[in-house]
Amino acid sequence: MEQQIGLWVGAFLTMGIISFLYKDNPWYKLTEAIFVGISAGYWFVALFWDNIVGKFWIGVFDRGDYYLLVGAVLGLLMLMRLAPKIGWISRWPLSFVVGAISGFYLLNYFSSNVMLQVQSTIMPLFSPQFNDPLFTSSAGNIISNLFIAGGTFTGLVYFFFSKEHKGAFGGAAKIGIWVIMITFGASFGYTVMSRMSLLIGRMYFIFGEWLNLIG
Amino acid sequence: MRREIPLLITGIVGVVFVIQYFIPHYPFNQLNNWFSDWFSIIAACAIWLGALNLLKVSANKIYRKREDWGFSIVIIVCFLIITIIGFAEGEGFRNIGTKFDWLYQYVYTPLSSTMFALLAFFVASASYRAFRARNFDATLLLVAAFLVMIGRVPVGDAIAMKLHLPLSIYPSEISSWIMNVFNTAGQRAIMIGIALGIVSTSLRVILGIERAHLGGD
Repeated sequence: MEQQIGLWVGAFLTMGIISFLYKDNPWYKLTEAIFVGISAGYWFVALFWDNIVGKFWIGVFDRGDYYLLVGAVLGLLMLMRLAPKIGWISRWPLSFVVGAISGFYLLNYFSSNVMLQVQSTIMPLFSPQFNDPLFTSSAGNIISNLFIAGGTFTGLVYFFFSKEHKGAFGGAAKIGIWVIMITFGASFGYTVMSRMSLLIGRMYFIFGEWLNLIG
Repeated sequence: MRREIPLLITGIVGVVFVIQYFIPHYPFNQLNNWFSDWFSIIAACAIWLGALNLLKVSANKIYRKREDWGFSIVIIVCFLIITIIGFAEGEGFRNIGTKFDWLYQYVYTPLSSTMFALLAFFVASASYRAFRARNFDATLLLVAAFLVMIGRVPVGDAIAMKLHLPLSIYPSEISSWIMNVFNTAGQRAIMIGIALGIVSTSLRVILGIERAHLGGD
C-alpha cells in the first residue's frame, strides 16, 4: 500500500516538473517548492545525525575528545550570521574554512592537478624494456600519446595571456583553441547523453513502474 | 578586531595545513586531524545556516504577502515534515522501511532526477541556437559533440554495421577515441590552468593579500 501511494506521489511530482516544458505553471511551482523544502530538510537532518551527533556528540561525550568543542563553538559562531548586529562574528569560522581549504588545496592541487597531470602527459613513446607493452605499442597508441602531449601543451599555450598570440606562439594557441573546442564539444555530448539517460529513467518510471505499459 | 582576527585565523590554519604536508608528524599531524574534524562540524552548521536562512526568507515572504507567497508555505511545511520525521526516527533514519526513506525514495529522488533530466531539453534547445557552424572552431565543437552522442547510442553502430564500415571507424570507437585523446588533452590543459590559479589564489589568501572572503566594512 505504502509503495503504491509512493508510486502515485512520485508520478505526480515527476509530471509536475516535466509540465514546465509547456510553460511556468502552478503545478511546476508547487513541485519546485516541495523540492526546495524537502532538499533543505534532507541535508539538515543528514548532517545533524552524521556530523553533529556522529562526530561531535559521540566524540565529546562518549570518547572524551574535548577538542571538538572548539569546532562546535566555531559552528555556533557561523549561525550568528542570522543576527544582523553580531553577524560579523561569523567571519571567524568562515576564515577558518577559507584558511583550511587554501592550505589543503595549495599543495594537494599542485601535486595532483599539475605535477601528476604533467607526469602522465610526458610519456616515452617506446619503453627501453623489450617485454614492456609500451615497446610493442601500436602506431595508433603512439599517435594518441603524441596528440595528448601536443594537445595539452597547445591548450596551455592558449591559456597563457602574458604574451601576445602572434607568430609561432599564436599558431600553437590556435591549435590549442581547436583542442579546447573539441573538448567542449565532447563534454557537451557526454553531458547531453547523461541527462538523456536520466530522462529515460523517469519515462521508464512513468510508463513502466506507474502505468505498467512497458515490461 | 573585525578584520585582524579572521586574517590571523586564515593564516595560521593555512600554514598548518601546508606544514603538515611536509612534516606529517606530531604536532602537525594531530593539528591536521583536529582541523579536519572542526571543519566537518562547521560544514554541518553552514548547511544549517543555509536551511534556517531559507526558512527566514520564506517566512518573510509570507508575512509581507509577496507574489507566490503560498508556495513559501509549501517550502516551510515540507521542510518541517522531513525534519520532524528525520529527528524522530533517530540515527537509523536512512534505514530501508523508515518514513524518511519513503520520503527519500518517492519524493526526493523523483524530484531531483526529473529536475536534472529536464536539463536535457534546455541543453537541446540551447544547442539548437548556439551550434550553428558559423566558423571553423564552432564546427569542430559541433562535430565532436555529434560524434560523441552518436557513439553513445546503439543506433550509431547499427548504421555503421549496415554500411559495412571497418570496425575501427564505428561511431562507438571514434567516440571513445575523442574522449580518451582529445578530451583528455583539453581537460588536462584546463585542469592544469585551474590548479595553477587555485595555488596562486590560496597563497594570496594565506598571506592575507586576498581578503574578499571577509566582505565589506
